[in-house]
Amino acid sequence: MQLGKVVGTVVLNNRNETLHGVTLLLVQPISSSREAVGRVIVAADSVGAGVGEHVFFVRGKEASFPFYPTEVPADAGIVGIVDSWHVG
Amino acid sequence: MLLARVTGTLVSTQKHSKLEGAKLLIVQPLTLEETPRGGELLAVDGVGAGVGEKVLIVLEGRSASDAIGQKAAPVDAAIVGIVDTVDLPS
Repeated sequence: MQLGKVVGTVVLNNRNETLHGVTLLLVQPISSSREAVGRVIVAADSVGAGVGEHVFFVRGKEASFPFYPTEVPADAGIVGIVDSWHVG
Repeated sequence: MLLARVTGTLVSTQKHSKLEGAKLLIVQPLTLEETPRGGELLAVDGVGAGVGEKVLIVLEGRSASDAIGQKAAPVDAAIVGIVDTVDLPS
């Protein structure tokens, strides 16, 4: 998993049927020192995250597990909202 | 699998139900020379590792899920061992 910050939302009109009802959020991956790492990605949300929140997300097929038995075609998924973290 | 150093801890109240009770740690993957290799990751802890320890992590969903005793948990990285020594005869 990776840390990230939700920076926006994505709305689809003409979508794959299995993506119906799935919230898509723009996530900027960040380091533990809150610096942006790499490019912004689109992730499926299963925990009710909102813009400005710190979250953690999985990459790969596991991103679709929260929507089981629907086989959502996602490769990144938010699986938790971060309260705090501590380094060192 | 990769060698990594545990660098921090993370608290999350609101998370997927299959992650309830799982400990989340911030890890920095390492090269054999113990220099950082790529960016930090979050891994679920299956062995009781602590900050500062060198650990073995898996970066694959099914294995990571097994490490916390769950089936099909939405995780992609887990700590599966605490490293005592690494011996690389030259």
